[in-house]
Amino acid sequence: MPSSIPASDSDSRPGALRRLTRQRGAVVGLVILTVLASMAVAAPWLSPRDPIKTAPREALQAPGARFLLGSDQFGRDVASRALHGARLSLTVGLIAVSIAIGLGTPVGLLSGYYGGRVDGFVMRVIDVLLAFPGILLALAIVSVLSPGLNNVMLAVGLSAVPNYARLVRASTLSAREQLYVEAARALGGRDLSIVARYILPNVVAPLIVTATLGLGTAILSAAALSFLGLGSQPPQPEWGRMLSEGRDYLREAWWISTVPGLGIMMTVLAMNLLGDGLRDVLDPRLKV
Amino acid sequence: MLTYLARRSLAVVPVLFGVTLAVFSMLFLVPGDPVKIMLAEFVTTPDQVAQMRAQLHLDEPILKQYGRFVVNAVRGDLGTSIRSRRPVSTEIGENVGSTAQLALASMAVAVAIGVPLGLMAALARNSWFDVGSMIVALLGVSMPSFWLGLLMIVAFSLHLGWFPATGGGDLWHLVLPSVTLGMIASAIIARLTRSSMLEVLGQDYVRTARAKGLAWWGVVVRHALKNALIPVITIFGLQFGNLLAGAVIVETVFSRPGLGRLIVGGILAKDFPLVQGTVLFVATAYVLINVLVDIAYAFVDPRIRFG
Repeated sequence: MPSSIPASDSDSRPGALRRLTRQRGAVVGLVILTVLASMAVAAPWLSPRDPIKTAPREALQAPGARFLLGSDQFGRDVASRALHGARLSLTVGLIAVSIAIGLGTPVGLLSGYYGGRVDGFVMRVIDVLLAFPGILLALAIVSVLSPGLNNVMLAVGLSAVPNYARLVRASTLSAREQLYVEAARALGGRDLSIVARYILPNVVAPLIVTATLGLGTAILSAAALSFLGLGSQPPQPEWGRMLSEGRDYLREAWWISTVPGLGIMMTVLAMNLLGDGLRDVLDPRLKV
Repeated sequence: MLTYLARRSLAVVPVLFGVTLAVFSMLFLVPGDPVKIMLAEFVTTPDQVAQMRAQLHLDEPILKQYGRFVVNAVRGDLGTSIRSRRPVSTEIGENVGSTAQLALASMAVAVAIGVPLGLMAALARNSWFDVGSMIVALLGVSMPSFWLGLLMIVAFSLHLGWFPATGGGDLWHLVLPSVTLGMIASAIIARLTRSSMLEVLGQDYVRTARAKGLAWWGVVVRHALKNALIPVITIFGLQFGNLLAGAVIVETVFSRPGLGRLIVGGILAKDFPLVQGTVLFVATAYVLINVLVDIAYAFVDPRIRFG
């Protein structure tokens, strides 16, 4: 008797979406995320002004009719910069998580499915990479690649690979013991087809949950690196960079750093709410 | 217990070996000539480039270079900073105290806020307090530390004038950075304490203690909390690592000396020996702290050492 029902069975149930819509937090997260994503996509049309063009005479204007969310020290419209910043931050987060999934999933599948020496080697490498806490691994990678937004995306993505590889490995280890996998093997199925048809669907549910929560973390890490001056470079309107640029004007122009700060927090909050909801629906075993 | 101690301590050796290999490889993964990149800001002659190459032993066979790197690191020699021309270990020595102070004070803040909040939320399950505190915890997890730090500066330094905004040295300078870092960690500890406490409160021994007529608070503190905190201890190691890494950002926000600012300054100045040495030091400290946490965990939970 298999000890647990494969996650794929429960995911494919039409009730999964309905159960998600019953999770109040997840719905709030989804709504915030939809609004943010729509604003990011429509940023060029929604922005009242050019986010990069400076106008020194209009510097440090408070929020009002002329500048909805105020202007920064160079007279640039904070609202327009925040809208374009949403575009950048979401793109950076999505690409970083895609890199992490793209590399972590095959490594985890390979390690979990074949086991033995391959698994032993992969796990040792993962242990070493996990010895670099939090943002430190991303910092080390940026130091090798040199600062810049593209390198930050790569660094944040690469630094998350061990987490995804470990997660996929764990799901693969439990899936490969299932009777239907043994049956497929007995029937002469090739490894690649067994992994793709029977193992991978079991990995998808925890992967979706982790990727949703991971997207928030990736956006936060990329913004932190930009805040430190290692990510986006001026005059790019990236949220972390905008926050850093507003540091010297905290007393007279609080809006320069408050608007991007709120943007980052709302995006990460939405991801956390949606991720928590998805976890409860798709994979309650991951619940803390 | 001794077997467990020996096994856990030995398991660290290959990890530390791997960490030295990863840090050593950094210089060779740099696209282009690392020496030319490091000296890009200086006007140099070919002789000086060759001298730097010799100083870093880059002309030697790679295995010999790695061997020298490990032996020197074990002796505490982490090379010389390109920028300051001082030993990296001296630079680390001057900054480690400040970061350790910040990490420890932040951990104290995190525990002081997180454990009572999680405990009370679990005891008042599904009440307004529970929902409210978990919303606050969720906001805390989602809050960028660099923004929270700036808000702290605006509120408690610029407006109220209670604490200094920047710098380091005395306890007053430690308050805002440690509260910033600790509040974010407290959100995670509160969520974990709550879920762990809810699980323990449903156990038979808690019900038995209640059925015997023991006072509710006695049961909560002596029977439930003691066991609920066991899983919380496991994330101490992880959280301490996050605090060390979070210090990188918070030290920059508050212009506070420390290992974080040392690394960021090293990256911006392309001072590879300084970055390598500091990263190696922090990763090693993190690995060793996790071993200590695991050993502490085995002390409080016999299932681990006999498992």
